[in-house]
Amino acid sequence: MARKSESLREAYGNELVSLGKKDPNVVVLDADLSSSTKTGIFGKEFPDRFFNMGISEQSMVTAAAGLALSGKKVFASTFAVFLMRTYEQIRQSVCYNNIDVKFVTTHAGITVGEDGATHQIIEDIGVMAGLPHMSVIVPVDAVETRSVLRYVHDETVTPYYIRLTREKFPVLNNPDYEYVPRKSVTFKDGSDLTIIGCGVMVSFALQAAEELKSKGIDTRVINMSSIKPMDRSAVVKAASETGRILTVEEHSIYNGLGSRVAEIVAEEYPVLVHRMGMKDTFGKSGKSWELFDYFHLGVPDIVRNAELLFRKEKNFESIQ
Amino acid sequence: MLLETSSWRLKDLEQLNIPETEISRYEEIARQVRISSIKMVYSASSGHPGGSLSAADILTALYFREMNIDPVEPDDPDRDRFILSKGHASPGMYSVLSLRGYFPQELLKDFRKLNSKLEGHVHKGVPGIESSTGSLGQGLGVGVGMALGARLDKKGYHVFVMVGDGELEEGNIWESLMAGYKFRLNNLIVILDRNGVQLDGKTQDVMPLHDIPAMVKSFGWNVIEIDGHDFRQIINAIEQAKSSKDLPTFIVAHTVKGKGVSYMEGNYKYHGSPPASEYEYHQALKELGGA
Repeated sequence: MARKSESLREAYGNELVSLGKKDPNVVVLDADLSSSTKTGIFGKEFPDRFFNMGISEQSMVTAAAGLALSGKKVFASTFAVFLMRTYEQIRQSVCYNNIDVKFVTTHAGITVGEDGATHQIIEDIGVMAGLPHMSVIVPVDAVETRSVLRYVHDETVTPYYIRLTREKFPVLNNPDYEYVPRKSVTFKDGSDLTIIGCGVMVSFALQAAEELKSKGIDTRVINMSSIKPMDRSAVVKAASETGRILTVEEHSIYNGLGSRVAEIVAEEYPVLVHRMGMKDTFGKSGKSWELFDYFHLGVPDIVRNAELLFRKEKNFESIQ
Repeated sequence: MLLETSSWRLKDLEQLNIPETEISRYEEIARQVRISSIKMVYSASSGHPGGSLSAADILTALYFREMNIDPVEPDDPDRDRFILSKGHASPGMYSVLSLRGYFPQELLKDFRKLNSKLEGHVHKGVPGIESSTGSLGQGLGVGVGMALGARLDKKGYHVFVMVGDGELEEGNIWESLMAGYKFRLNNLIVILDRNGVQLDGKTQDVMPLHDIPAMVKSFGWNVIEIDGHDFRQIINAIEQAKSSKDLPTFIVAHTVKGKGVSYMEGNYKYHGSPPASEYEYHQALKELGGA
């Protein structure tokens, strides 16, 4: 099942230009990574509304706050890992003020590849989702990236964290797809088991679901791009209708998609949940697709865990 | 010891002639700010008097003379902006805003109490407050963003930021100084409350900054050094900063921590503690002429 792949960050840069054309209040900041985050595409088109703050993320985030307090619609970008050093600026100057700053980061997760562990942030979802007033979205593909950007620009005035990646991802959505806030998308229905994923892992889950079908396991696959607020009813429905939930993400299992799903399941409809993701470890240099196998997050790993979960066995790989 | 920085001192020739009666009026307001600050921290049994008293004269000059503001229209898009980056000086800040008419003075007595809008550190929910502050080092960066916003909107307003000297130990300050120079933000004016004392002791002992004027100057800013308790110098320095054509301005205002209350002056123990007893409380009010 070969699907076309497209870069999420290029989709971001180009969508910024569209937003900039229709809204003179859109401003963009970057911290010396604009050719990688693709905000440079906006900067070339609108040099007066693009601010390269240098390798000074604290300055970037606080200036973003000041611009938002002046009535601007602000997009601020850098690699996801480097935004984390400004957690407290985001907390105090953006979230506490509850203002219109959208943090769109790229190069999140292990799909950074060869740059290695220093650049592979796998804690960012938890860090950002813990902040009051902050919403967190992980677009699944370039189509959803564009739609999410239009939504947060057109409909919202509060802080957002939008997590993009270095690698191109398979396009799963139709070109006319529109992001609906707080709603997940069920890409494939099923009754035996539900896989809830975000980002590129949703593509893997769809491939795994095909293999599971041949093994007689009817698998539901949900794209949970809205991490906060989360589509609680879809989680509860999956728990009640399929009885087992497997979560998949290129992020730590301790404070990401999986832990949030597990919280909802525990509170509202307790069933067996197994979380696949990074298990309290750092990443590693390598080709990004090799790393999924190395960390047991590839399609065969999803199939194996799903089978174990389906049979209600509990001897999953032990978690360190 | 400071280097010779006389070339950056306020130019005598450009001084405005301000009548003595006007100066006396500001001194009286600043005295009320100090009395109010002491009452607030004593009533709350907590808070930061030292840096409120050191900043009282500068805050008074800004809100009663230098800033283009109207308490009746706190959201006027053309207003000047002020950010108290040293957000712990909330007693002084709230007192000035209240005396200027942003909200009734009777609200001050509920400072730091549950259900009061007057949070322990300055909070945007209070009329006249532009941005919540309290975690040091961030207000200057926010001011950079506001100054960029003014330029994009082709507005003529100025953005004022007050920072503390202990606060200069935060890296965010120096990052934002770089940005202020890069974008040539001549509409941005920073005032340093140089009182020489921070929570744990003298700034010179906790983390010495060898020569602040020279350091900031080397970042490309205009630098002016003044006595931060002399209204003529404060006013003239701000006027000079407003007329800058190409660079942002950093005013080093030398002040005394706890100014006006003898036992608080220069004493780090009163950075973040109210008068320790009823006796101290009444002594403070007596010395400020508010008993």
